[in-house]
Amino acid sequence: MIDTLIDITLLAFLTITAIAIIRINNLFVIIMLFGIFSLHSAGLFVVMDAADVAFTEAAVGAGIATVLMLGTLALTREHEEKKVAHRTRLPLLVVLITTIALVYGTYDIPSFGDPAAPAQQHVKPRYIDHSIEETGVANTVTAVLASYRGYDTLGEVTVIFTAGIGVMLLIGGRLLRRNRREDDE
Amino acid sequence: MKHNLILRVIAKYLFPVIALFAFYVQFHGDYGPGGGFQAGVILSVAFIFYALVFGLETTEQVLPPYLLRLLASTGILIYAGTGVATMLMGGNFLDYDLLAKNPVAGQHLGIMMIELGVGISVCAVMLLIFFVIAGRGRS
Amino acid sequence: MIDIILDHYNYWIVIFLMMSGFYTVISQGNLIKKIAGINIFQTSVFLLYISIGYVDDGTPPIIAEGYTTYANPLPHVLILTAIVVGVSTTALGLALVIRIKEAYSTIEEDEIHDKDKSL
Repeated sequence: MIDTLIDITLLAFLTITAIAIIRINNLFVIIMLFGIFSLHSAGLFVVMDAADVAFTEAAVGAGIATVLMLGTLALTREHEEKKVAHRTRLPLLVVLITTIALVYGTYDIPSFGDPAAPAQQHVKPRYIDHSIEETGVANTVTAVLASYRGYDTLGEVTVIFTAGIGVMLLIGGRLLRRNRREDDE
Repeated sequence: MKHNLILRVIAKYLFPVIALFAFYVQFHGDYGPGGGFQAGVILSVAFIFYALVFGLETTEQVLPPYLLRLLASTGILIYAGTGVATMLMGGNFLDYDLLAKNPVAGQHLGIMMIELGVGISVCAVMLLIFFVIAGRGRS
Repeated sequence: MIDIILDHYNYWIVIFLMMSGFYTVISQGNLIKKIAGINIFQTSVFLLYISIGYVDDGTPPIIAEGYTTYANPLPHVLILTAIVVGVSTTALGLALVIRIKEAYSTIEEDEIHDKDKSL
């Protein structure tokens, strides 16, 4: 019961934050709200028994992503306030149609927390029952991440590494070359 | 923030605590929540916090960018190297059973190795990205 | 009635968050705001996966004596890695924004289009 209450409250907070992010134009406020959004979703992950995920989301979403966005804001800040133009009609229509389609789709989804749902019937019992005797690791998430799906994780780490290389290629170099050319001219 | 005394004192005391927690998460990931991804991110948060309070230059004296680049590739090398090692021992890629005398001990060792690789790689890449974005304004 | 709402509440909120992220991406002109929108979309997908893995009266999937019902570990693994991959791709997007700012000296989409046309 208390779980459900916390769940509902946190989801309501998330909704409010998302609406605020849409409506506010001050970028600094948006980034701070995004940090709050991540922290709330981390809390929600704890309620939904995903301790490992909550850990990561709290450190990544509320920590690193917010800091990186603030760093970008500091580099791209515009000094004069601008009147922001944005289209609303067409995007709103597209979003409404997609929402209706998705909500219609939820009627086929098994109800939240249903132990008989198809997602709980396959693969999972195998991991839960045999992971401890096969790998000797009590935390099933670690066992699946590192052992059963080792290839997958190798791919993920490579993606992270590649993204890091991409960032370095894009903005890692100094601004020297263009400045020198301007000096020559 | 170089002149804010309270922040500087607190940062000095918090840094070892966050770093220690990261190592706890790394090596206790087999029995409790945690693992390489979380540990890498938490350790990099500790350094980012330090860099925010004491400045980038101070942090780059401890962790110069070339070292971070080296670490980022070392992490992946440890991961893939474990896989290649199991292949050389006659098994499949990432088949940890062969790493030790009995399969369970082998699995344990293998998981430990690749979590270590993931942790090093993630921590180094996160710090590299932060240093690059934060250092863009200088030079 | 209340049962139907409680059974689907999580999914509906996830859809709402997803759509607000989507709306931010397609309606706003500011590139940093667009990236915040993408991140909201992404977080809502995480919530969807974790909601699917949840079981009533379950515990986190760490095997211990005295517990029999565990949440599904598979979505946790997928999302755990997706979060870290997500932040690195976000960083890549932010790096692109910084480069665009340096090349066009603006991060408003309309102004970038205008500058492209005037070339």
